[in-house]
Amino acid sequence: MTTVLAMHAPDGFLEPGVAVATAVIALVAIAAGLRGAGRELGDRQIPLAGIAAAFIFAAQMFNFPVAAGTTGHLLGGALAAVLLGPWVGMLVVSVVVVVQALLFADGGLTALGYNVLNMAVVTAFGGWAMFRLARRFLPRSASGIVGASALAAGVSVVLSASAFSIEWLFGASAPVPFDTVFGAMVGVHVLIGIGEAVLTGLVVGAVMASRPDLVAGATDLSAGERAQRGRVGMKPFVIGGVLATVAFATVVSQFAVDNPDGLEKVAIDQGFIDTAQDHAFGSFIFADYATSGVGNETLSLAIAGLFGAAVTLAVGFGLFSASRSGRRSSGAAV
Amino acid sequence: MSCAPLSVSQLRFTYPGEHHAALEGIDIEVAAGERVALLGPNGSGKTTFVMHLNGLLELQDGAITVGDLAMQESNLREIRRRVGAVFQDADDQLFMPTVRDDVAFGPANLGVTGDELDRLVVETLERVGAGALIDRSPHHLSGGEKRRVAIATVLSMSPHLLVLDEPTSGLDPAGRRELIDLLAGLPQTQMIVTHDLPFALQICPRSVIISGGRVVADGPTRELLADTALLAQHRLELPFGFDPTRV
Amino acid sequence: MSGAHANGSAVDSLHVDIESVVHRLAPEAKLVALVGFVVAVALTPRTSVWAFGVYAVAIWLVVFVSHVPARVVLRRLAVIVPFVLFAVLIPFIGGGEQTTVLGVSLSVDGLWAMWNILAKASIGATASIVLSATTRVPDVLTGLTRLRVPRVLVAIIAFMMRYLDLLVRQLGRMRTSMTARCHDPRWLWQVKPIASSAGALFVRSYERGERVHQAMLARGYTGTMPTLDRRPATAVDWSRAASLPVVAVVTLIVAVVR
Repeated sequence: MTTVLAMHAPDGFLEPGVAVATAVIALVAIAAGLRGAGRELGDRQIPLAGIAAAFIFAAQMFNFPVAAGTTGHLLGGALAAVLLGPWVGMLVVSVVVVVQALLFADGGLTALGYNVLNMAVVTAFGGWAMFRLARRFLPRSASGIVGASALAAGVSVVLSASAFSIEWLFGASAPVPFDTVFGAMVGVHVLIGIGEAVLTGLVVGAVMASRPDLVAGATDLSAGERAQRGRVGMKPFVIGGVLATVAFATVVSQFAVDNPDGLEKVAIDQGFIDTAQDHAFGSFIFADYATSGVGNETLSLAIAGLFGAAVTLAVGFGLFSASRSGRRSSGAAV
Repeated sequence: MSCAPLSVSQLRFTYPGEHHAALEGIDIEVAAGERVALLGPNGSGKTTFVMHLNGLLELQDGAITVGDLAMQESNLREIRRRVGAVFQDADDQLFMPTVRDDVAFGPANLGVTGDELDRLVVETLERVGAGALIDRSPHHLSGGEKRRVAIATVLSMSPHLLVLDEPTSGLDPAGRRELIDLLAGLPQTQMIVTHDLPFALQICPRSVIISGGRVVADGPTRELLADTALLAQHRLELPFGFDPTRV
Repeated sequence: MSGAHANGSAVDSLHVDIESVVHRLAPEAKLVALVGFVVAVALTPRTSVWAFGVYAVAIWLVVFVSHVPARVVLRRLAVIVPFVLFAVLIPFIGGGEQTTVLGVSLSVDGLWAMWNILAKASIGATASIVLSATTRVPDVLTGLTRLRVPRVLVAIIAFMMRYLDLLVRQLGRMRTSMTARCHDPRWLWQVKPIASSAGALFVRSYERGERVHQAMLARGYTGTMPTLDRRPATAVDWSRAASLPVVAVVTLIVAVVR
């Protein structure tokens, strides 16, 4: 119900150019994921990644209540990254997305590139980046891990929606202006993000309570730190999540709406506009709908540039910290 | 030199990070063709012991010999071929998409290929009475069928010794009887971990009781099961009304 | 041990167990045909309305030949409904040249976009449904291996499909036991028991993964999956399967050239 927009896009949703470009990225990501997971899991890779993928798939099928009878379900990218580490997590969610398209007709085969990118790569690495970042400010304890996971999950959904909007800018199949899509996508996904945050935090919390050694994101905690658990009631937890997400969304929308000049300046300074325009008009298979119906073309490109940068930065930081922590854990592997 | 299918002496093992040893010096020798029941309460060290028999836990102290091979890294491949382990949960044992692939998995790892592999798979499934299940998916099988196929997955590797962990758990009475017929008809030496004492009596002439990481009794099953004091001391119980001296 | 079909199995309901020419085709031929077909459809200009007619007739002809009941295909097409709803919105919010239908102003470009998404999504999804309805999961996996998809990836997919139903059933049992104790959550802050059971399921899954790994080691696994393949596709399989993408590619070429 709640995942109406970003998830499992069908065939023909974006123009072929974007489909091909994202497919290349997704293929590289899956190949890298196989290597990374092989490094982390060794010859346990096949059974563990396979069964973990089944877990994510099952978790996605499981409806949870949102409000007054409406239900939603987990996307699981950030959850997978926190529990299994970003490489295995990304690989596992990618496998789920590919199989859903191939066998369950859920998401188009020609849309696999952007579906894998948005639902697996961006959520796992963006989520992991947010998780590492949040852990710097949160206590080194089980509650700290839970809080960071929740925050990571909420943000990962919004990042995923932003990534989709940016792809829309380059390959829209319809004359809906970028800022409308962006506003709707991010707006809706802020709400979805709240559910994702609460669920992910609770699931990670449950695993921390019984087998903290299985939480990849908590391997650096000592036994004593793992046992430290603050008593936080459900309502404060949910309300806190809502407040954090609303705050995040407000910041985002303030940037996007109230400060176009500043944005424009940043974008010009960084050369985003040139590159964005090159992409938008450079090739016939990239649609140029970004301009139609938008009052301020430069503005929309600037927003896209900024969010493109934000998503890339988040994913890049996730990749960076993943390769660092991967090296560390492989040294200490049993 | 001893060529018993299995010989274990002074096996000790402590799990990393724990103070208490799980195994405190186990000595067992099994002769060719024997069927031995391994009895003992939960947490007695039975599973830890069984995990040693095909090298799933690294040897810390003591010695294990399988036939003429000492348990060591260089012999691991051949030892795993000789010792066929059937795990308690058949869903852990049957991990491939079809029964055919599952039975082929072991021999294929040993290098068997092509028509020879096909023939081996068909023959092995026939032997456990599961020939008709060859193209089914494991998750479509009943409990009894899963157990048979699980046994086939190790029989296809022509093991000398079969180690079965709780083979009767989750089976209905008919499935249990069929399993007894199957195991009794196999020529392999067998070591069967079980809580099902009547089953042990029916199929294993000899039993070993492990408790607290030690062998506390080793002898004819009928005698051990008649020793009520011994059973009570190690939390072993016969079903109500069952008299081992009268079966 | 209850039957495998209890609690709505996700994997078992995929394959429609009947005999047909389509069912018998080698899986790798079907996979290539599927990908060739959907790619041709996706590349077709949306203004070539007739081309989509050809695609629809072609794929439904395959459905007919495969004896898969039309209602099964239609029911499973429901997965695209959320996007259909989105597509229907586009003409209302789209910009550019407007036209008036029944007094409502609609974007002409938006109408085209709606048509494009509806046509491509429904034809593409139908093709995927035909594949999974006529090909058993183990055969799909064999097909992927023969098409040189990395063996590790195919094996991961295989393990996922093998254990998916088991996990879904475990989750279902947890939920049943919750309902039996009168826990029927309606608000987000009541989800803790559900999340806890999902956490418990993760722990169980991970532990199962480790046990399966041991079962693999016990049977001589050294880190690479053995090759277990037998009968690859024949020329007849390839030529039969090729008929669908060939029709599509010819249609595509005509549509682009005209």
